Amino acid sequence: MTAIMPVSRRFFLKSSATALGALVLGFAPDSGAQETRPSEINHWIVIHPDDTVVLRLTRSEMGQGSQTGLAQLLAEELECDWQRVRTEYVSPRENLARGEVWGDFQTGGSGSIRELQEPLRHAGAAARIMLIAAAAKHWGVPPEECRVSAGLIRHPKSKRRATYGEVAALAAAIEPPPVVPLKNPENWHIAGQPLRRLDTPDKLTGKQVYAIDVALPGMLNAAVRACPIAGGTLRRFDADAALALPGVRHVLKVDDATVAVVADRWWQANSALDALAIEWNPGPNEKLADADIAGRLMEGLVAANGFAGAQAGDARAVIGAGGRMISADYSYPYQAHAAMEPINATALYTEGRCEIWAPTQHAGACLETVAEASGVPIENCEVHRLHLGGGFGRRLYHDYARMAVLIARQVPGTPIKMIWSREEDMTHDYYHPVTRCRMTGVLDAGGSITGLHMRISGQSIRGSLRPESLEGGGDVRAFHGLNQTDGNGILGYDIENLLIDHVMYNPPIRPGSWRGVNLNHNLFYLESFIDELAHAAGRDPLDYRRALMGKHPKHLAVLNAAAERARWHERPPEGVFRGLAVANGYGSYVAAVAGVSLNGDFIRIDRLVVATDVGNAANPELIARQAEGACIFGLSAALYGECTVEGGAIQQTNFDTYRVLRLAETPKIETVVLQSRDFWGGGGEPPIAVATPAVMNAVFAATGKRIRHLPLVKSGLLPA
Amino acid sequence: MASLNINGEIRDLDAEPGTPLLWVLREQAGLTGTKYGCGIAQCGACTVHVDGVAVRSCSIPVEAIAPDQRIVTIEGLGKDGLHPVQQAWLELDVPQCGYCQSGMIMAAAALLAEHPDPGPDLIAGEITNICRCGTYSRVAAAIAQAAATRAGKS
Repeated sequence: MTAIMPVSRRFFLKSSATALGALVLGFAPDSGAQETRPSEINHWIVIHPDDTVVLRLTRSEMGQGSQTGLAQLLAEELECDWQRVRTEYVSPRENLARGEVWGDFQTGGSGSIRELQEPLRHAGAAARIMLIAAAAKHWGVPPEECRVSAGLIRHPKSKRRATYGEVAALAAAIEPPPVVPLKNPENWHIAGQPLRRLDTPDKLTGKQVYAIDVALPGMLNAAVRACPIAGGTLRRFDADAALALPGVRHVLKVDDATVAVVADRWWQANSALDALAIEWNPGPNEKLADADIAGRLMEGLVAANGFAGAQAGDARAVIGAGGRMISADYSYPYQAHAAMEPINATALYTEGRCEIWAPTQHAGACLETVAEASGVPIENCEVHRLHLGGGFGRRLYHDYARMAVLIARQVPGTPIKMIWSREEDMTHDYYHPVTRCRMTGVLDAGGSITGLHMRISGQSIRGSLRPESLEGGGDVRAFHGLNQTDGNGILGYDIENLLIDHVMYNPPIRPGSWRGVNLNHNLFYLESFIDELAHAAGRDPLDYRRALMGKHPKHLAVLNAAAERARWHERPPEGVFRGLAVANGYGSYVAAVAGVSLNGDFIRIDRLVVATDVGNAANPELIARQAEGACIFGLSAALYGECTVEGGAIQQTNFDTYRVLRLAETPKIETVVLQSRDFWGGGGEPPIAVATPAVMNAVFAATGKRIRHLPLVKSGLLPA
Repeated sequence: MASLNINGEIRDLDAEPGTPLLWVLREQAGLTGTKYGCGIAQCGACTVHVDGVAVRSCSIPVEAIAPDQRIVTIEGLGKDGLHPVQQAWLELDVPQCGYCQSGMIMAAAALLAEHPDPGPDLIAGEITNICRCGTYSRVAAAIAQAAATRAGKS
């Protein structure tokens, strides 16, 4: 298969449509389509003669549903027939060839909808105007007299009509309008509706092809083993023993720390890894264990100075003056992403070319990795994109793409599919960063907070992976959800004397973005401790929060909405205990009320009510599903999720030792979707940040036990 | 060489003894709808039917399957169009990333074959597949809907 496509196929189509415009005027009113080629109206939209509308997708679909949500936004302004909409991925190579006209491909930060809604709605509206103009020009009528609905343009006076497919080639040659008015979301009829996902049918029958399913002629399969110890390297391995096994073709050193077996079948390759009898050079971290990391983080809790984030008044002075002081330490462990599709990629290296089929969350960065690892000029590299079997942040990092290319380079002309075993995947992750936190608060006689110091001590993703991106030696992203002003998540409380600061320590275990990222631990710490203060003050946790939220109406609105749906003001049924939390992150406001019950040491999470204000929902049903999914992802981590370090290596290797939530433990999750319209927020991540503290606050209400160190199972309580 | 009855077709496939059924289905038979998730029968992404029973194919060596045993994969579940479980999945728009859903659907179809009206507790007890996207509540609702639809028809 698979010659690389001409560099800019779409550009060619556009040029040819323009150049040949005069020749393809075969369109005549009511005469049916004569053009057979698709036409690119603008770089986001291609229309086929059969009226199929193709949205060109830059962000990866990994389950979050943004493929469907983005298509709804575009179709809304385009006024096309929703039944005729489909999507195709843009290749990052084509993006480069066309001057990065599509912008950034990174799929993360709950950003797909909020970052693309404006360009896509404009593209849809502009294309609609161009299509109408093309028909009007052809008919010799004023475009204002034309009407359009579901991809059908009509000129009522002359009773003429044409479909988008019929006029697409003409429209492609029309100058795009400079200014495009957008619809008021209140008038949407495609966007904002709970439409079904575009990708569902293929996911029911086994038809959906993921990267792990790619099959190319002559393809061989690779299994790898990388040094489990962070910073360790290969010392020696017995290639001959593996080569003697059935199906094995090659044993290859991939890099200093990794060896690969290439075989006819993946199972043969993976089985042969054991025959290599690999010996490792353990390197400098041979003795690294959890206790060492915890010790360093605890030093950070008491360090004199930290990198300051939010500040008001003089928190240190108020705390130093004494009064009713309450202090508590918290911690949050390493966690693996454990997406269901294990890490994999298929690479083909030939003379002067390199291609990869990869489940990437950032096809642009993946392309750069392929070029770098292959030594092939980037314009001769390609990334073939497929839907992802989960991402959760793991697939923003392209260590695996690099590995696949380094293997394929050694077997030129043969496509190599590399699959990591689940064990390899779980022990070579970019883990949720490890942090600890000391919360110190001072209350006045009435129980109100007069001073608060939040000291976060822990690992910085930027500091670990891209230290050059740090500002003033600190990581501003460490304050996710705790800021006073900027867009990186705003603290919903007004506290007279406040200091939030961060002390960085970066252990050699590599961290990465993990659905929710720093918002997860920050809000677990904050919202648990606010609950502690409310209880210390003898006040209702909802009222206590409300009193601090006067200047944060959007935070307050979601908190009120969740409390109202959960009937917080009413006494809960006998045996039900409740907790709540509120947050802002990824541009959205979110609150949760959890209800739990207790049976001996067994905690049952019965119910979660999540209220979220995403500003504008491209599809409210997708927002509800993302809220449910985020809660379950977060609760898996909160109840069970911990990757421990011993001998410099992660100890958990599979779902038997890294337990996750299953159907039987899933609470009833109810989502209230608010849309306050004056902003666009993300939906996929924020609910994690409130699900965990809401549940742990409910656990306190039920047991009197304050869960300060995640996961819950460490406390002796067991999920039921 | 293994002789297997897959989706009603006899297939002679060359696989060494000890190869898990999962990999024979995926690599030799080209049926990639059945997924690899963990390799240790924990996650259920590899669930197929053997003589109507849901099994985790990652942990069954191919030689343990007799030639007359009927293997059904997600590709062969709906004989004429969608199986009622797939239909319910479509109506409730269950999948997110979709990777675990073949296994979920196969597990659900086997459950309903044995218990036409399973009820929430049996669904929760029997469906132990892992979904990292968190589709569980929709999975449970779709199984209940498929059960109700079947009951209405019979």
